[in-house]
Amino acid sequence: MDRFVYLTFDGLSRGAVFAAFALALVLIWRATRIVNFAQGAMAVATAYAGFSVSSATGSYWLGFAVAIVTGLALGAVTERVVMRFVDHSSHLNGVVVALGLVLVIQGGLGMIYGNEYRPAAAPFSRDAFTVGGVALLSRFDLFVFAAVGAVCVLLALLFTRTAVGLRMRAAAFAPDVARLLGVHVGGMLTLGWALAAGVGSLAGMLVLPTELGLHPNAMDVVFVSAFTAAVVGGLDSAPGSVAGGLVVGLIVSYVSGYLGATVAPIAVLVLLVVVLLGRPGGLFSRGKARTV
Amino acid sequence: MLRVEKLTAGYGGIPVLEDIDLDVRAGSVVAVLGANGAGKTTLLRTLSGLLPLQKGRVLIDGQDMRGVRTEEMVRRGVAHVPEGRGVVTELTVDENLRLGGLWRKDRADARRALDEVYELFEPLARRRRFPGHQLSGGERQLLALGRALVGRPKLLLLDEPSLGLAPKITAQIMTLLADLRDRTGLTVLLVEQNVRSALAVADEAVVLALGRVVSRGTALDDDLRHAYLGF
Repeated sequence: MDRFVYLTFDGLSRGAVFAAFALALVLIWRATRIVNFAQGAMAVATAYAGFSVSSATGSYWLGFAVAIVTGLALGAVTERVVMRFVDHSSHLNGVVVALGLVLVIQGGLGMIYGNEYRPAAAPFSRDAFTVGGVALLSRFDLFVFAAVGAVCVLLALLFTRTAVGLRMRAAAFAPDVARLLGVHVGGMLTLGWALAAGVGSLAGMLVLPTELGLHPNAMDVVFVSAFTAAVVGGLDSAPGSVAGGLVVGLIVSYVSGYLGATVAPIAVLVLLVVVLLGRPGGLFSRGKARTV
Repeated sequence: MLRVEKLTAGYGGIPVLEDIDLDVRAGSVVAVLGANGAGKTTLLRTLSGLLPLQKGRVLIDGQDMRGVRTEEMVRRGVAHVPEGRGVVTELTVDENLRLGGLWRKDRADARRALDEVYELFEPLARRRRFPGHQLSGGERQLLALGRALVGRPKLLLLDEPSLGLAPKITAQIMTLLADLRDRTGLTVLLVEQNVRSALAVADEAVVLALGRVVSRGTALDDDLRHAYLGF
């Protein structure tokens, strides 16, 4: 039972990161109908920038801020310089370009930083508190929950309470109507990509200290889990992506704990296939609203 | 108010409209009539910049609109209510209406305009928090029209406002257009298939056929009715 409790908390912590990463995928999917397969590579690139600054200055938090800001900028540049010029008549075009970006970014990082693992320090202790002999959460886990929770609340407020959020939603759902109402749709798309990449960078900074460290391919497996989380939640649903992230995090934790870490990626893929076969719109999707 | 000279426009380089001339004076309602495929919707989409001009000029208050982007048109007093699906169905009624005034600098007047629309269209006031996809077809049309009015436009481009509406509501909308014209000097370019409703309110009618203007005249011109509209 102690083990189950520990694995549950561990799973929720992992799941929070997957949720943030899935949220980044959903933000772009809702705005452009593109699954940004480059999200993982982009997050790693910004994490390299962040940890470079951290090691140069000795300040984790300065590096953390640099990673997030670099993520925002990289997202905006990716939309403005690359994705805007992709022919959107087929969804496949955006996917192929995103996959191309993965190769370019990972290749570039390999050339600049090398292909060996580099340390990615955590800002807080990863030793779990124990209550009554049961290991629960570490300070770092609490930081992960707080950071992801804050991002979810801020994004929810942005989209539901502000004029910019209303413009962004209108631009995503009905670009032509939004244009007729004076919304600069291109600017909203750039902002959407920036926000998504910023959230992706945050997820990268939160997950890398728990993995083997910095490496150009460090987010590949995380991306699969986050993509599964987004599909489980329904690619159109932001709350669904958060719930999906927690579900995937728990599954990864239980499977790793009881069956072994090597089985976990297989379990994630099985979940992905089962959801795609049984409920392709995701468990929380409200896709029918779009077809009326 | 609106002057169109030798306008040619269409999709993918293939013209749908050719050599269209149009003169809409301020404070008038001009109906654009014609069969399916005549180019009525294409005309409105070109005027609001959703489709590029291939040839010709569009002047609004004497200013050439070439190069003016769609999102700027609303700031120049042009509101386009597109056919059928003008409502953002994922947003609530209130969000749709607020969207109509977000570009305005005069926030206080945008709020006043919003309240006026709720007074004008009572069914919308009762469904403020409803998402667009839960509205009936008629309510969606009211919402799209109301959202345009929140921007207090000078020129309203209306595409088939009677589509899917009960005759009584269509008549109410036409009366409202006439009232806005008389009271505020609003200029309306009204694309309609419901000829009787349109002619009841229009000061002038233009008939399109296969992308060309084939007739124009006052709304009650008998020749126009007989020749192109069959009654």
